[in-house]
Order: sequence, then structure tokens, then C-alpha cells
Amino acid sequence: MAARTGSRMMRRKQLPDQAFRLATGFGAATIPAVVAAVGAMLTAGATTALLRWGPTFLWRSQWDAVHGEFGAWSALVGTLVSAFLALALAIPLALGVAVFLTELAPRWLAGPASLAVELMAAVPSIIYGMWGLFVLAPFLSEHAQPLLQRTLGWLPFFQGAPTGIGMFTAALVLALMVVPYIAAIARDLFTMVPPQVKEAAMGLGATRWEVVRAVVLPHTRIGLVGAVILGLGRALGETMAVTFVIGNSHRLSPSLFAASGTIASTLANEFTEATDELHLSALMALGLVLFAMTFAILALGRLLVGRTSAQGGGA
Amino acid sequence: MTQIATRLASDPRAQRARVRRVLLNRAMMVAAAAALILAVATLCWVLGTLIARGGGALSWRLLTELPNPPGIPGGGLAHAIAGTLLLTGAALCLGVPTGIAAGIWLAEFGQGSRIAYAVRFLADVLMGVPSIVIGVFVYGLLVAPLGSFSGLAGAVALALLMLPIVTRTTEEMLRAVPVTLREAALACGCPPWIMILRVSVRAALPGILTGVLLAIARVGGETAPLLFTSLNTPYWSFDPLAPIGTLNVTLFNYAMSPYRDWQQLAWAAALCITLAVLALTIAARTLRRKRP
Repeated sequence: MAARTGSRMMRRKQLPDQAFRLATGFGAATIPAVVAAVGAMLTAGATTALLRWGPTFLWRSQWDAVHGEFGAWSALVGTLVSAFLALALAIPLALGVAVFLTELAPRWLAGPASLAVELMAAVPSIIYGMWGLFVLAPFLSEHAQPLLQRTLGWLPFFQGAPTGIGMFTAALVLALMVVPYIAAIARDLFTMVPPQVKEAAMGLGATRWEVVRAVVLPHTRIGLVGAVILGLGRALGETMAVTFVIGNSHRLSPSLFAASGTIASTLANEFTEATDELHLSALMALGLVLFAMTFAILALGRLLVGRTSAQGGGA
Repeated sequence: MTQIATRLASDPRAQRARVRRVLLNRAMMVAAAAALILAVATLCWVLGTLIARGGGALSWRLLTELPNPPGIPGGGLAHAIAGTLLLTGAALCLGVPTGIAAGIWLAEFGQGSRIAYAVRFLADVLMGVPSIVIGVFVYGLLVAPLGSFSGLAGAVALALLMLPIVTRTTEEMLRAVPVTLREAALACGCPPWIMILRVSVRAALPGILTGVLLAIARVGGETAPLLFTSLNTPYWSFDPLAPIGTLNVTLFNYAMSPYRDWQQLAWAAALCITLAVLALTIAARTLRRKRP
């Protein structure tokens, strides 16, 4: 009897604990719920388009709202080309920034320089877009693009009028936005290389560059691949900056100077204007493609970066 | 040993190799410095443009008046500033408590369990899901069923963007609280939930606040998820079920418009948004620095 009252008292005492545990658990449950709901909602919204075209939706290149013909190919290619071009430009720059911050910068400079990189990451995407449209695009069309056409104009990539609006500018703006992101993770990774190993290499007479190449980069290799993949994830889904400068066209062109489009820019442009069900469903299907792509890439990147970037990723 | 050294020093081939290595090192280090200079120069270029073009339009009118129709100079963005503040505030009320609860669960209850690992992982992934996808999701969740673009939908979209950021920072900060503090509280007979709220969370509070500030900064600059949730309007709007004007979407619409006056307002909006976001980022950074 006494034991029973005791256990009942215990239980009554534990009640607030259980309630608290349940309440916080509810908070935690929202996260998987949201991820699952996003997937389910996009799939449901895309049903009409997916039933109509099935997997061929992915590689159909028509996108014609008037005749109700939709395919993801041009937006998909635009997304991938812009993201990979941006990465190609951003990786060397970001590594350079990270090497400078960790190996070269005197102490008085390292703090402010790090701050600048963080602020660069914090500037909203739409600001880069507006700057890209009103400042960078005219600059490129007057200086950089004519220069490229004079020197490399025989390549199919640099054909057409250098208007400044198109894939070329979009990739450049994206690169600028991805640089601080990759650089911040790379900097954190570089500072975790044990100093003894670096000092050992220096003791053998290695120059700074040789230390970076032979010790720092191999030591952080996996994390760096993860950082690049996270950067890719960001570049694939970037919306506003790209929408401003890419020209928003569904025509595929080998020339980087031509107007193009990405999945995100198509969504931003057409979603509010889509009146018929098929168009809306096709846009939802595009969203689903983007979600699936970024989900896979981010999952891979997170697995590779591990816990090292939990803080850097939020900025 | 010395013989080898002298022979190396006198061997012209070895010397050439050394010169090449030193030169390569110089070149690479100069390249690294150039990369940083390029990055900082871009930042300055962007900020300089904003100040040069938006600074002139900053005025009292910007904060108090509604925008004029195109062709009539002047006008302000009072409704959009209010809208942005309202939406961000509503998103805070939805996203921060949920995020903090999730962070507490991960750090205090879930810890190393498999479910906690999965939640943590999904939070990290959710952090990187393109914000426009969140916009599409909320459109399907709230706008289509309710039949109207609404401020509520915009706030939910922003809250979903805040959620993983707040969750992960809260968890990280709670984990940094020493175990001895918790044990001391428990040993005094304190029930676990009071221990968590009054010892762990209190100790981690500055860090959690950092996460909240970062989340506001991130959300304050977001436009993509608002395009088809809260839409936009050039008037005052306080109805949560009606479209609401925000600085970001107004900026997008006006910058893309052919009217000079509207573009001028867009630059002013751009300057306001950037200043607010950068100030929040710097505040979060200083708070993080203070953490013991």
C-alpha cells in the first residue's frame, strides 16, 4: 500500500517532466514532418504533370504555357550549367581566401577579413541580383564580354550580342555568392589541421605553399569536398540573384551570353501568373525536381562535412 | 651532412629547383591575397553602390508615406517596412519557440539516439533547401486551400526557414553547458525540466539569442518564399488572410519596373534591408564572441 502511494506520488512528480519532454519532442518532430510534408506536397501538386508525361517530363525541352506543353529540360540544364560554372569560378577563389585567412593574414587583419567574408555571405540574394542587373551587367556588356568575343569569339560559348544579361552574368553573380560560403567552411577546416604536422613539414624545409598542398589540403580533403557540395546546393537553389540577371528564357543555347533560365528563376517568374492547372502542376513538378536534387546533394555534403560546419552553415 | 649541404648549395640544378619552389610559393601566396582582395572589393562595390544610389532616397518620407503611382516622384515605403516587421515578428513567434523546443529535445533528451541523429541531419538538410521550394510548399499548404495569398502564409514560410537555424544553434549551445552544472542542480533535488529551463537554457541563453539573431538576419533578406505566399500590395494591410506588402518583394517589383521613381525607391529599400541584415549579423557575431 505504502509502496503504491509512493509510486503514485513519484508519477505525479514526474508528470511535468513527461509533459516537458513531450512538448520539446513535439518541437523536434516538426522538422522531419516538414521535410516529409514538403516532399508529399510537391509530389501531390505535380501529379497532373507527372501523370501526363511521366519521367519524360525531365528531358522534354518544350516549355510553352500557351499550348500547354511543358518539360523540365531547359530549366534543368540552365540550373546545372549555372551552378557548375559558378562553382568552377568560386572554388579557387574560396580556397585562396581560406588559405589567406588561416596561413597568411597577420593577426590584426585576420579578424576584419573574416568579418568581411561573413558579411559577404550575409548580404541578401536579392541585393546581389539588383546589383548584378544595374551595375555588373552593364559593366560586363561594355568591358568583359566584348573582350572575350575579341579573344575567344570563335568558341560557341561566346556568340551573340553582349547584352550583359544571360548565363554568363548569372554564373558570375552566383560564384560571388558561393565564395564566402565555401571559404567560411574551408577556413574552419584549415584551422583544425594539427599545427605539429604543419610545423614538421616546415621543419623539412617546405615552403608555405608546399605545406598547404602537401599537408593542409590532403588533411581536409573530405571536408572540402563536402563544402563544395554544400556550395553547389546553394548555387542550385539560388533564386532572386539569378532571376534578375539570367534573362529568363526557355530556349537552350550553347552561348553563355544568351538569355537562359533555371528552375528557381522559372518558379519565381511564372508561379503567380500560372492560371491553368497544367501549368501550375508543371511548375510544382519543377519544384519537386529541385527539391529532390538539393536534398540528395545536401545530404551527401552534410555526411562529408560531418559536424565541423554546424556553425558555419547557418550564416 | 655539411658536405651534402654545400654540394646542394653549389649544384646549379638544385639551386634552380629552390628558386622555382620559392617563386611558386610567392605566386601562390600572392594569388591567395588577390582572392581575398577580390572578395572584399566586391563587397565594397556592392555596398558602395547601395549607399550611392539608395542613400539619396533615404528620408523621413520613406518611413511615413505610401508609394506614389509611377510618374509622381517621392512617396515612401511605410507599408512595406511595417509589413516586413509584421511578417518577421509573426515568423519569430512561430519559429523560435518550436526551434528552441526542438533544440532542447535534441540536446537533453534525444542526445545520441538514432532518432536524434535523423532529426539533426534533416534539420541540416532543411537549412539548405532552397527558400523558393519552401515558398511553393506553403503555397500548396495555405494559399491554395484558403484561396488567397496571405500574410499568414508568408509568416509560415519565413518560420519554416528559421526553424532549422534556431534548432541547431540551440542544440549546439546547450551541449556546451558543462555536465557538472546539470548534475549539481539534479543533486539538489531539482526536477529535470526545471533544471533544463533554469540551468541549462539560462546558461546557454546568449548563444541561443545568437541563433535567433542569425535566423532573423537570414529571413529578413528572403524574397523568394514571399513571392507567392504573402504576394505584395502597395497599401497598408493588417489582415493576416490578405496579401501584405514587404520591403523585399516591393524591391523586386520596383527594380524590375521601367519607372525611374520606383527604381529609386527600390534602391532605398535595398539599402534599408542590407543595413538591417548586416547589423543583425554583426550583433550575432559580437554575442557569439562574448560566449565564454
